[in-house]
Amino acid sequence: MKSLSMKLLRTATVMTLGSMVLSACSNLGVKPWERDVLARAEMQLIHDPVEAGLDDHIYFSKEASSGGRGFGGGGCGCN
Amino acid sequence: MQLNNRKQGSTSMRKIKKIAPALAAASCSLLSVASSDALARGEAGSWDFDVATLFYSETDDRVMAAEPVFSATKTFEDGEVLNLKAVFDTLTGASPNGATPSVTPQTFTKPSGNGTYSIDGGDAPIDDTFQDTRVALSASWLAPINRDWEYNAAFYGSKEYDYLSIGTSGGVKRYLNNKNTALNFGLSFSFDNIEPEGDIAKPLVEMAHLGTSDSFDATRDGSSDSKTIIDALFGVTQVINRNTIMQFNYSLSLSDGYLTDPFKILSVIDETAGANFGGNLLDGNGNNIYLHEARPDSRVKHSLFWQTKYALSNGDVIDGSYRFMLDDWGINSHTFDFRYRWQLGSSYLEPHLRYYMQSEADFYKRYITESEYNSGSPTLTEATADYRLGDLDGMTVGLKYGHKLDNDTEFNMRVEYYLQSSTGDDGFGLLKDQDLYPDTKALIFQVGYSF
Repeated sequence: MKSLSMKLLRTATVMTLGSMVLSACSNLGVKPWERDVLARAEMQLIHDPVEAGLDDHIYFSKEASSGGRGFGGGGCGCN
Repeated sequence: MQLNNRKQGSTSMRKIKKIAPALAAASCSLLSVASSDALARGEAGSWDFDVATLFYSETDDRVMAAEPVFSATKTFEDGEVLNLKAVFDTLTGASPNGATPSVTPQTFTKPSGNGTYSIDGGDAPIDDTFQDTRVALSASWLAPINRDWEYNAAFYGSKEYDYLSIGTSGGVKRYLNNKNTALNFGLSFSFDNIEPEGDIAKPLVEMAHLGTSDSFDATRDGSSDSKTIIDALFGVTQVINRNTIMQFNYSLSLSDGYLTDPFKILSVIDETAGANFGGNLLDGNGNNIYLHEARPDSRVKHSLFWQTKYALSNGDVIDGSYRFMLDDWGINSHTFDFRYRWQLGSSYLEPHLRYYMQSEADFYKRYITESEYNSGSPTLTEATADYRLGDLDGMTVGLKYGHKLDNDTEFNMRVEYYLQSSTGDDGFGLLKDQDLYPDTKALIFQVGYSF
């Protein structure tokens, strides 16, 4: 019973926090006609996917962490 | 009136006669642009290509890699995007085998069982039989479902001489708040299979010394093994204002199966007081004792990732990110990445700084002591001396130069220097005189062309 109420409390907390974050987000942003700067190629979060992929491969094979920006995945016998 | 009309009509005809050749010329020039120069990058109907080659070279004759990449992206009329990518990877050089350096020369059996290699006293034990060629192919598809929803799917496969990896992933994106907020959810599944030459080594058993009564086959346990990796990612992308965009991701990764490196070993160190205190423990034949490493057969990783891009009024762009990673192997890591894109007309310079710090895995051991070895019945069930699971810091400093030849064509190149420094237990006795944690230094050079 205690664990059920804890789960409910946790779920309610997560949902409340999620709603708060999303409502905070609704106060941010721009109008559709104000997207000129954000539409520039160099303002994309991953501006150069080829370079990002090569870097992921280097650091995946030399460090214990991978992913974060995207999937860590597998794909190489180098680690 | 009619005369007037006729007069006006003839005047109009004269004007049309004058305009017609101009219109024809304009139409021809438009058509020629459309036929020869195709469409702008990312425009519906266009094919965009990115080619690049990466050269990676570590000092001290260690790993060298050349990695060409070909990427083609097609954008369709309804906003669907198809990407096809091929990566070729050639690796040569030497990699640390995990053993500690020693005052005396050391001889190791190659993981394949086909011969031995020797390391001089005082030198870092590296396996110079390390070489491989890898081919990786991937395809991804992204498409809008309606005004607020988008989905993506991807397939991936890579093959090396002794390693196969296949994977698939999929995800959905939900736009909110006038597309100022985007929620991303994705799942990925990978299957990896390793089939090393010389088979899989048994965990924490002694490395067989060739030319002695040791049996190499007795140290082997099957010809191949595999692992599965499931990743889940939840992210929020938020437009902050006209110049700023931010992303926040949480990802969970579950690995299950063979996570050990079959090429890595550990030295067993003599703890008995005397001349060899801190030296390699010797077996009955007078050979150094090494054990094959063993890692847990599962791993759970949690990552938090934050990125912000900010455009300055002069056209420059600041890009900063931070990642925190935590896993059930006892490793946690922090990654800071910073880029400044300095716009110089049709060119740009982009300095890059990356700092990485990681704590060691619970089962990381630079060496195994005589008492842990316990006369061949180790008191440990897991141990690795792979420095990549030890306490380490990494620093990357780089500079990229790009030049736009026109709106859709760019040439770029970058040079980066990567330094890894490890720290940990400095050992005892003879080990104290050895460099147990040599730095890894690498030079990265990349040249790319987009059209």
